[in-house]
Amino acid sequence: MQALVIVGHGSHLNPGSSDPAFSHADTIRASGAFDEVREAFWKEEPSFREVLRTLESEEVFVVPLFISEGYFTEQVIPRELRLSDWDPEDWDSDGTDADHVTVQAGDVDKTVHYCGPVGTHDSMSDVIVERAKSITDDPDVGEGFGLAVVGHGTERNENSAKAIHYHADRIRESGRFEEVKAVFMDEDPEVDDVTEFFEAEDVVVVPLFVADGFHTQEDIPEDMGLTDDYRTGYDVPTEVDGHRIWYSGAVGTEPLVADVILERADDAGADLADAIERVRRRTESEGAASAGD
Amino acid sequence: MSASAPLEDVADALAEHADDGIDFDGLVVEPADGGYRWETPDEQVTVGEDGLRERADDPYATNWYYWERVVAGHDTPRRAFLRWLEGADDLGVPERYDELRGGHTRSWGELAVTAVLSEGGRRRYEVRHEDDLGEDVDAYTDPLEARHLVKHDDEGRYRPLSTAPSLPHGWAFVDLDGGEAVQTVEYVYPATVSNWHREREGDLDVDHWDEVAERQTGIYGIVEQLDGDALEWAAEACCVDSQCLKRREWDESDDEELDVPRGDGEFPCREPCSLFVAAARKFTTLEREESREYTFELTPAEKEQLEDIVDAVADGRTDEIREADVNEGANRYRARFLRAKRMDDRGLSGTPTYPEDHE
Ligand code: SF4
Repeated sequence: MQALVIVGHGSHLNPGSSDPAFSHADTIRASGAFDEVREAFWKEEPSFREVLRTLESEEVFVVPLFISEGYFTEQVIPRELRLSDWDPEDWDSDGTDADHVTVQAGDVDKTVHYCGPVGTHDSMSDVIVERAKSITDDPDVGEGFGLAVVGHGTERNENSAKAIHYHADRIRESGRFEEVKAVFMDEDPEVDDVTEFFEAEDVVVVPLFVADGFHTQEDIPEDMGLTDDYRTGYDVPTEVDGHRIWYSGAVGTEPLVADVILERADDAGADLADAIERVRRRTESEGAASAGD
Repeated sequence: MSASAPLEDVADALAEHADDGIDFDGLVVEPADGGYRWETPDEQVTVGEDGLRERADDPYATNWYYWERVVAGHDTPRRAFLRWLEGADDLGVPERYDELRGGHTRSWGELAVTAVLSEGGRRRYEVRHEDDLGEDVDAYTDPLEARHLVKHDDEGRYRPLSTAPSLPHGWAFVDLDGGEAVQTVEYVYPATVSNWHREREGDLDVDHWDEVAERQTGIYGIVEQLDGDALEWAAEACCVDSQCLKRREWDESDDEELDVPRGDGEFPCREPCSLFVAAARKFTTLEREESREYTFELTPAEKEQLEDIVDAVADGRTDEIREADVNEGANRYRARFLRAKRMDDRGLSGTPTYPEDHE
């Protein structure tokens, strides 16, 4: 038997923080690729400490629903899962190319494949583009559009900015959008000045965050001038300084993230048959359908 | 006839396994004299294969089939929990079947979990709030729904601690098989079945406060500084039965027990949870302050009123205090009167919190 564990941050204060983990888990459950699928959280339950013992499978694929490599993926998660043989060096990553490592956990008789976070997998670039498609309700979006990928910034974690640049660079190279920029909440170039960085009149703004919360629903919309008070809401698009800003909210809620999770497990050797194909078909159409609402 | 199908399966399984021998919950079947010896506490006969098949509706046979062929999973928490649910270790098969016919219920935290006998000895399960037994509530059959149902209490407040005794009412999971029943329970109270099972097997891995505090990094690194007294108060604040239904098995360290009652919960708490650690971090920073002497003027009734307010907040009773019940110290009008009379911009009784800033 093989199990998938999606590990997320969760929250003691914000009940919506675990929603993306739940919904991606449901998508993957429905694909039937794993005998067991379970969500685990740093701040909710089951905790990282106790999730492995809830599984009957001998083989467990652990995929962090985190954006960047760093404190959580390299220290907290392995420590709390009791992956004592794990060494961050094993990932051999410079901040954006962690892959997977196979180790034993200290409290259960199971083989654990500990994968890199969803945020730094190549296919996350596709999710950002998918997000742009769904927020503009235009499957061909790109021509005449700029794209801003928003990150937290380096104050918390040096690799967080690396992940943002990594995807911005990849999408720019694809040539799909007129311009692609990485912008940040707490360092230059700042999201506050987003309109200054683009020639294109239409700019899609996609925050590379796992869940919607305080930053994506309150700070960023106010910082960009979409609204003076997040509680009154804002239009998509909103006209700011002669640009139309298409603000998408956290990329982590995009259904296609389920596909990235599967890709991580696939890279680590999970036996998935055609689950990736099926999940991709389903989540792409789901995203398109919800954008049309 | 659909009712015969489950028994058909039992008959086939009996015939298939009799040659290897069966010995389960009082039923013994083994090859003997060209046929099979069939032995239960009520009967001992030798039968041929047809006789064996005819006994497929015997409670001992269906019971064997259910546990060994349907549930299986030897040594799993799932199986142990389902066995515990119907008292399989204490009751013989006929007594259990008598109980199960009308539905046998046990409580797990605030949950009532009911096992009911179904066709061919199969069991079906139901899971609901124990207060909702016998009530007409919304029925669910997909365990995954439990994640969303128990996220908020009856007042719509977020429940960050799954085992807080604030489980919402008004729903029931019905017509579940064993795996689904355990999954539902595990979505309501995550990891409780696994840890309970470990405890029963004598291998619960308890991590005491000293180890947990030492392990913390980042903003939680400071919790190591929380002293023994403050740890007692923290456990009294967070872990007693009125706040959390897990039974606290961790202590200050392997050889220093906390005096706070552990609680009577069915399932254990094996280490301080994330909520406790986050609260402990705040308590640690608060405990860095030294006590000071302040001089206040209060009437005796006002002093008691402050105590009432602290009690009402600590016991989560503020919502219950009626708007016009001015006999309650924690009544809103009473509190507003006290504030109007005794507090100004310097705070309580005109006494500044930091007198040195006002000199
Ligand atoms: S530490 Fe254990 S007993 Fe205390 S609140 Fe957390 S789960 Fe409950």
